[in-house]
Amino acid sequence: MAYSEKLLEHFKKPKNVGTLDKEAQNVGTGLVGAPECGDVMRLQIEVDDESKVIKDAKFKTFGCGSAIASSSLATEWLKGKTIDEALEIDNMDIVEELALPPVKIHCSVLAEDAIKSAISDYKKKNGIEVAPSDSH
Amino acid sequence: MNQNKLIYLDNNATTPTDPRVVEAMLPFYTQHFGNAASRNHPFGWVAENAVDKARQQIASLIKADPREIIFTSGATEADNLGLKGVFEMYARKGNHIITLKTEHKAVLDSCKKLEKQGAQITYLDVKADGLVDLQELEKAITDKTILVSIMWANNETGVIQPMKEIGDLCASKGVLFMSDATQAVGKIPVDPKAVGVHLMAFTGHKMYGPKGVGALFVNRKNPRVKVTSQQDGGGHERGMRSGTLNVPGIVGFGKAAELAENEMQAEAERLSKLRDKLEAALVSNLEECYINGNVENRMPHVTNISFKHVEGEGLMMTFNQNIGVSSGSACTSASLEPSYVLIALGLGDDLAHSSIRFSLGRFNTEEEIDRTIKQVSEGVNHMRNLSPIWEMYKEGIDLDAVEWAEH
Repeated sequence: MAYSEKLLEHFKKPKNVGTLDKEAQNVGTGLVGAPECGDVMRLQIEVDDESKVIKDAKFKTFGCGSAIASSSLATEWLKGKTIDEALEIDNMDIVEELALPPVKIHCSVLAEDAIKSAISDYKKKNGIEVAPSDSH
Repeated sequence: MNQNKLIYLDNNATTPTDPRVVEAMLPFYTQHFGNAASRNHPFGWVAENAVDKARQQIASLIKADPREIIFTSGATEADNLGLKGVFEMYARKGNHIITLKTEHKAVLDSCKKLEKQGAQITYLDVKADGLVDLQELEKAITDKTILVSIMWANNETGVIQPMKEIGDLCASKGVLFMSDATQAVGKIPVDPKAVGVHLMAFTGHKMYGPKGVGALFVNRKNPRVKVTSQQDGGGHERGMRSGTLNVPGIVGFGKAAELAENEMQAEAERLSKLRDKLEAALVSNLEECYINGNVENRMPHVTNISFKHVEGEGLMMTFNQNIGVSSGSACTSASLEPSYVLIALGLGDDLAHSSIRFSLGRFNTEEEIDRTIKQVSEGVNHMRNLSPIWEMYKEGIDLDAVEWAEH
């Protein structure tokens, strides 16, 4: 299976690898997947309380190359967006950007789930109502 | 030294054809193109003589009689012919077949097909080291059992089964014993008669011969074993497998057998040293590596290692532009199922997803192994640096206690 240049670049030199303080009030953490399924994604966002703009995003992923590239790309896209804008990110955007083959679409779904889960965690921490569509 | 040269460490998938084999084959495409079944002219005679010679070379490698070699298109066909052919031929004796959960799909899927035709199949568990439990095997044999089919050496782990003990048990119960010896023939001494194997499948392309040619060994005396043909036509191969013989392929298979017989011992010694070097270096460079399968009874050129908290397919991607290996993780299928062989050894799904099989071969050099050690170590470190579960493990979090949001 041949992978796209963009995917390989995100895999070899992933952006925003790391950990934010998950106890911090303005940090939302999403942990999705399971080791038995072969992929676990942890995606974290640091949100500006006033503007609700995502100031920073970090990830760590256990998984195949497509899962790692999808989460790396997701963190890139998150930075600078408000949390409402971030909820608009669709897994198919990731599929298109990285040219994921059909067997790897689940990696993009996982990334979308991780985004939603991180935002929902931030909202819960800060007493913001979580719309049913926010969580997966 | 060419640093960019690709390294092939997937010799259990297939081996390169030895140039000496190719050389032996070539005249049989153009100059000696005859049909080995054309008994009435020199074109046919030349082809037939070449097939006879190859049959002799192959029989010699496994210490069998040339008349006990039935040529097929490969080991998958030989497995099919052995299992289905015995089931049909011995239908009056019984309908029960025993095999292992760690067998190759050619055996497992043939057995599944037979179940639809009324066969009763027992798929035995293996022990944690991959070896058959002889007591369980003995208990599974009933008066309806016609065949026990157990592979000589496993393709994923290289684990070698106690063939003599199984053979003795089958003989004492009057049950036929078949073995898929695809990974063993040409690599280690394989003598079916000495261990009581009555049917044995193997193939050319795992022993530096060509693809598309294999064989089923069928014991001729004490007991005389027969299989019902699964492909009908001109009655080739003593009526057990019709179809014009693949003469160039058979010639190559024969040459590969001759080379293996002469070079096997030295090659196994050399490869086991390289394998041990690779294994020892990875285990010492990296924490939390586990060797899968029994290491005492194992093929000399194979190692299967789980790198904890690293996903195998992702790991492979860190070096697969340069090194060809196999992973026990199949993240490409919709089911995301890890290797059923490693699961049968009792590995958790997570460790099975973290495994890589290295299978060395005739053309690997020490310099290649050194480069592999370096690149794989770097790859594992890259992946662990990215892995949230490695981080959690390092923080002392009990991963089994985490409630995972299963996907």
